[in-house]
Amino acid sequence: MIRVENLKKSFGNNEVLKDISLTIKPQEVVVVIGPSGSGKSTFLRCLNLLETITDGKIYIEGVDITDKKTDINKIRAEVGMVFQQFNLFPHKTVLENIILAPMKVKKMDRETAVKKARELLRKVGLSEKENCYPDSLSGGQKQRVAIARALAMEPKIMLFDEPTSALDPEMVGEVLEVMKQLAKEGMTMVVVTHEMGFAREVGDRVIFMDGGYIVEENTPEELFNNPQHERTKLFLSKVL
Amino acid sequence: MGDEMLTLSGGLLEKMASSTGFRFDLIGEYMPLFLKGTLYTIGISLFSIFIGLILGLFIGLGELIRNKLLSFPFKAYVAFIRGTPFFVQILIVHFGVIPIFLGTTNGVVAGIVALSLNSAAYIAEIFRAGIQSIDRGQMEAARSLGMTHAQAMRYVILPQAFKRMIPPLGNEFITLIKESSLTAVIAVPEIMYWARAFNGEYYRVWEPYLMAAVIYFILTFTLSYLLSHLEKRLATDDQS
Ligand SMILES: Nc1ncnc2c1ncn2[C@@H]1O[C@H](COP(=O)(O)OP(=O)(O)OP(=O)(O)O)[C@@H](O)[C@H]1O
Ligand SMILES: [Mg+2]
Repeated sequence: MIRVENLKKSFGNNEVLKDISLTIKPQEVVVVIGPSGSGKSTFLRCLNLLETITDGKIYIEGVDITDKKTDINKIRAEVGMVFQQFNLFPHKTVLENIILAPMKVKKMDRETAVKKARELLRKVGLSEKENCYPDSLSGGQKQRVAIARALAMEPKIMLFDEPTSALDPEMVGEVLEVMKQLAKEGMTMVVVTHEMGFAREVGDRVIFMDGGYIVEENTPEELFNNPQHERTKLFLSKVL
Repeated sequence: MGDEMLTLSGGLLEKMASSTGFRFDLIGEYMPLFLKGTLYTIGISLFSIFIGLILGLFIGLGELIRNKLLSFPFKAYVAFIRGTPFFVQILIVHFGVIPIFLGTTNGVVAGIVALSLNSAAYIAEIFRAGIQSIDRGQMEAARSLGMTHAQAMRYVILPQAFKRMIPPLGNEFITLIKESSLTAVIAVPEIMYWARAFNGEYYRVWEPYLMAAVIYFILTFTLSYLLSHLEKRLATDDQS
């Protein structure tokens, strides 16, 4: 579904991703962990070309998204992204946040878009909030709206960049719950997170990144209980 | 209406005039001209702010182009206008630029062109700052949903930026009204033109210039009242 080959990314002289190769199968949930600054966010952002990559190839469903001829906007419409800081549109209501992209990008008519948005709001448990502005929502509610907004484009893949890191502890659960539900429904997901519980429970595979490389990857069970590399052991000893 | 009031209270005014030496009668005589001048001031200010807004938006967007070579002309324009006195700009436009296009000088056209070109530079800076003040995450969220750069600008960035631009744009409009007084030197028959004519005809100082000051103050004060009203309404219209 996603194939990454020898991906490299530099900011100026700072090479952040040094050589990343990875294949993600349909319906797989891949959890990315690693110390701060190891390039997790950068890697995720390369997958929908929010960062222009320096070298290497990324294929999504066989399409080379790094090819100049590929329509980036079409790719992005199929790859949903959820950000740590939610990034909801503050000048639009919850409902308007969700229907904007389907209407403008997919040219969906308003009625259909609203119907779909209400379904999604029900799914994330926020039906009664459709006319609220983002500022009046709690962090957990904002993130659930952001997830609904991304799902409204009916993406084939969802990318999550530390979706619960900006939340108060008591709100983490409600967001993880929505993500678990999504995984259960068979969504292909790449999740950067510090929630090891989530990684264990939902992840099919855990990837440990450090210094711009994938140091180790394995099933959650194996990686957490039986890490092979020193750096993985060191990192896990700090977070577990 | 002003005329009527002055004739009705003519007796009183004459008494005041003889006791203070202030010639209200002369102000009465010049009143129709001042009113005509006020219409000119309002007219050229409205024309100029309108053209300035359109030009300013394009120049502001031009300044934001990533390619340094392409953004250079826009930045240079803004730097030139901001770095030279408006008085000089008026004379260059009036005696230099307009004759090239019209074959002859034309005060009103030159006044509007000079004011538009001048305000466009300041408005461009307001647009640039307004757009840059919007969190980067907004653009990223919009792009990650598959919107083009233009769609993201139009539906996400600009609506938020415009709201923040209203106070500085209001200030710029007030500045423009005041600066329009300098077009008197190229014989635009606006308020200051008639004040100077008054001064020349009767060798009076206080009457013409105080009168001009009062009219400008009424114009700018009314405008700032309307603007603060608008700001409050926008602030309560929705959140933040
Ligand atoms: N736009 C940018 N310009 C320059 N350097 C950048 C940019 N974005 C990230 N970097 C650098 O790239 C490196 C990796 O950053 P990245 O955000 O990918 O790390 P991360 O693993 O997500 O860390 P964290 O856990 O703190 O979110 C950092 O050293 C960072 O300074
Ligand atoms: Mg990060």
